[in-house]
Amino acid sequence: MGALLSFVGVSILILFAVIGAKANMYTLLGVIIPYAAVAIFIVGVVIRVVRWGRTPVPFRIPTTCGQQKSLPWIKQNKIENPTSTAGVIARMFFEIFLFRSLFRNVKTELRDGPKLDYASAKWLWFVGLVFHWSFLVIVVRHMRFFLEKVPFLIQLAENLDGFLQIGVPGLYMTDVAIIGAVTFLYVRRVVIPQIHYISLPADYFPLVLILGICGSGVLMRYFTKVHIVGVKAFTMGLVSFSPKIPEGIGTIFWVHIFLISVLLAYFPFSKLVHMAGIFMSPTRNMMNNSRMVRHVNPWDYPVKMRTYAEYEDAFRDKMKAAGLPLEKDEEPVEQSEEKE
Amino acid sequence: MAKLPKPEELGKVDYIPPMTPWMETPVEFKPGTFCNAAKEKSLAGLDMPNARKWSVKDDDWQLPENWQEIIMEGLRDRLDKYRSLRLFMDICVRCGACADKCHFFIGTGDPKNMPVLRAELLRSVYRNDFTTAGKIFGKFAGARKLTIDVLKEWWYYFFQCTECRRCSVFCPYGIDTAEITIIGRELLNLLGLNIDWIMGPASACYNKGNHLGLEPHTFKSSIEFFLDDLKDITGINIEPSFNRKGAEILFVTPSGDVFADPGTYTCMGYLMLFHELGLDYTWSTYASEGGNFGFFTSFEAAKKLNYKIYAEAKRLGVKYIIGGECGHMWRLLNQYMDTWNGPADFLEVPVSPITGTRFENTKSTKMVHIAEFTADLIRHGKLNLDPSRNDHLNVTFHDSCNTSRGMGILEEPRYIINKVCKNFYEMPENTIREKTFCCGSGSGLNASENMEMRMKAGLPRANAVKYVRDQHNVNMLANICAIDRAALTALMTYWVPDVTVAGVHELLGNALVMKGEKKRITDLRGEPLPGVEED
Amino acid sequence: MYGKGKILFGLAVFLGLVTFPFYSNLGKVGAVPEPSLNTPVINAMRDKECVESEEFMEAEHMQLLDDWRNMLVREGKKKYVNSKGKEFDISLQNTCLNCHSNKEQFCDRCHNYLAVKPYCWDCHFGPKETNWTKETDV
Repeated sequence: MGALLSFVGVSILILFAVIGAKANMYTLLGVIIPYAAVAIFIVGVVIRVVRWGRTPVPFRIPTTCGQQKSLPWIKQNKIENPTSTAGVIARMFFEIFLFRSLFRNVKTELRDGPKLDYASAKWLWFVGLVFHWSFLVIVVRHMRFFLEKVPFLIQLAENLDGFLQIGVPGLYMTDVAIIGAVTFLYVRRVVIPQIHYISLPADYFPLVLILGICGSGVLMRYFTKVHIVGVKAFTMGLVSFSPKIPEGIGTIFWVHIFLISVLLAYFPFSKLVHMAGIFMSPTRNMMNNSRMVRHVNPWDYPVKMRTYAEYEDAFRDKMKAAGLPLEKDEEPVEQSEEKE
Repeated sequence: MAKLPKPEELGKVDYIPPMTPWMETPVEFKPGTFCNAAKEKSLAGLDMPNARKWSVKDDDWQLPENWQEIIMEGLRDRLDKYRSLRLFMDICVRCGACADKCHFFIGTGDPKNMPVLRAELLRSVYRNDFTTAGKIFGKFAGARKLTIDVLKEWWYYFFQCTECRRCSVFCPYGIDTAEITIIGRELLNLLGLNIDWIMGPASACYNKGNHLGLEPHTFKSSIEFFLDDLKDITGINIEPSFNRKGAEILFVTPSGDVFADPGTYTCMGYLMLFHELGLDYTWSTYASEGGNFGFFTSFEAAKKLNYKIYAEAKRLGVKYIIGGECGHMWRLLNQYMDTWNGPADFLEVPVSPITGTRFENTKSTKMVHIAEFTADLIRHGKLNLDPSRNDHLNVTFHDSCNTSRGMGILEEPRYIINKVCKNFYEMPENTIREKTFCCGSGSGLNASENMEMRMKAGLPRANAVKYVRDQHNVNMLANICAIDRAALTALMTYWVPDVTVAGVHELLGNALVMKGEKKRITDLRGEPLPGVEED
Repeated sequence: MYGKGKILFGLAVFLGLVTFPFYSNLGKVGAVPEPSLNTPVINAMRDKECVESEEFMEAEHMQLLDDWRNMLVREGKKKYVNSKGKEFDISLQNTCLNCHSNKEQFCDRCHNYLAVKPYCWDCHFGPKETNWTKETDV
């Protein structure tokens, strides 16, 4: 359901942008919506993070994935079971930049016997990595539309991305990579029965939306072409808070801008907040040092305990008969409230 | 009790999801797959709410009228208390990497046993009542209302997760289903919806000191019972002390070791080791439980049960505590105890009286794992070991979920095993260490009425054992967990009948050459040592 | 907030990055460049016509130049016939730069504005730099 629905949804969005452009609703498409989207994105993500931040971490619960620090002659896994800030930083680095945990992925298969086999399954890791890195490089590349003087690092990203020098304008590897990756991620949701079963419309929609953004971008750059100087005049107008709509940029550009706006506005309300959330995951960003340093629970409250005195009161006779030492060697004052 | 199907039948698993979407597939309570409802007196024994007589098979679970309100308030409260919960509700992308990592899913093929979907059971309700997207887009955003069917589904699947954290190892965001299940169970417990296999022991532990409900004199006599056996096997008189003030060390282990085979042999190993060292230690009948079935109920119940360990250490005036072999007990001692009931400023940083090693890694909790303690002894050559006494055993080692993924004690037990026996074989790499598979019965699910589910869930573990049995004639499955010792025994009987189960300190007890001992002709189980003749 | 320092630091980095285009352009946005057609050759032309139409040249000049390169170097063709049937020598230096002898005001203005680095000048010299001793990179 979601698989088809998200195509319908994105098609409607595209149609809206096309009609808007044809009807010259440029103030809406080019000024109001983009500004609103950026504002929602920034404020939304900040609110989300602050809400997580205001929620305490009552217990120290890292998932330990290696040998603990114990005796000096036993080699600790300082990254997968960190006891230092440096270890945690290393662990988070591998997690965020290289998807360490996903790299562990294996495929489990049950054969007759029964016999379980575990096969390496790095595709999800690989494609996921390609997708996210391509996305990042593409965002960085686009900075050329938002900066008067384009810094060296951004030009470098662009040169590396286009270093194959295929065709003109030069083909960016990330354009091919991200479309391939998004398609893979979409297809696996449709084809693998279990993944299909767990997928919500909210899982297909961002993929199709991103596909729409990439598709419109690719069309603009390589095929239909737009008035590119006008595009930059427009984007520079946006970031300098003096928006202007140059003539004749081309409808496809407005589709591109509108879909990006939708993605930005959708971001804080969706699973896409994993971008910020991963930094705060308590099973990954905590040290496993709770036997060395006491972790304090800010909302800890006293609970009713069964004290030793109550226990001895309940069992004094039996303890005495068994020769167990007692605190109060006397007859119990009242009958025990022991339960069978 | 439901009849347990044959292994051939159970080994056929259908992984094709149902035709109906999961939100429209109600839970089916099939006998053999779930545990009995918590009894009224068990619930009352720990002052749990809504203590009443009820049955899972009944349509009416005897809930308070405002049960939805109670759950919603409970959820709101916990969303504000646990960053883990709030974050894990928000950031899952349903990539599915966790799906075939769960032993319950591998063994049942039930899609709701995929960790992602188990969490979605709760997440769907969270979205409906706590998120903008859920309120606006409803079902399209994956939201649904909390109905009685949803509640029953929660109950079924949150008591069909052993909180083993294996999924969390593979999740790119570290989403830990154990957190979801723990909090899901907390919510259910607000309505008195527990299982009796958890509530009974938790209540007994609170009132009598241990899960098994052994009263002080029985606890003492259970241990004394081993002393006779040990006298027969080794010829040595061992005289442990109980509730003794002024001892240097308090020893706490799960009560299963005192009561049920094969844990009892592990307990004999402890007794022998401490005697041989001349350790100044005491047992406690009050803190006679290291395990904590409260943890499978709620954090509050867990804190209540855990309280006794420090309280007793303080009362007896010991310097520090040694903890026996147990899985979830050690996750709690490592990640929760100090926070709940610390600081243990009345104790001293543990120093081994034999080797002088200062256990810096325990400088705050002051509680040493016995495998750390023993590994240190062996490393310093303080134990006289004859590994040939374990020559009849081909050993493999099962990492317990909690000690591997909630602590990381991986090498210490292996070091001991390698010093006390000669034939040690690892199971396949994907089934050990941080990737270890659960016994299928953890987190209080080791009842008998759900045996079919236990055997299904234990399939991945059993299969890995079967692999090393076929490859290396492995006949002994060693571990450092009391639930494992009980649960794996049943699992092996079912799937890999010629493999038995032992704690690491049982193997140590076999190999330990004690001063003044007589010639050993049997192991701790009373089975003759091959090639050894009686004089 | 719990872990306040780290969270605020993270948020500051996030805000710093996403608002970078806004604050880094404050008061610095210049005029939109317009390629200049003011050269002696163009000024002398009666019909100011390029090889193809203005719209085509603006969108596809890079494609045309690439085609020219292939036609000349790979296929040995020396002449290009445009959509109106008019013939041109295939040569960047002698055809294009003959009229557009103001590379800096014509080519570079837009290219620099958009941070485009065409690799024409890896091999070719610009019009005013036909001097063997000068570095050709612009």
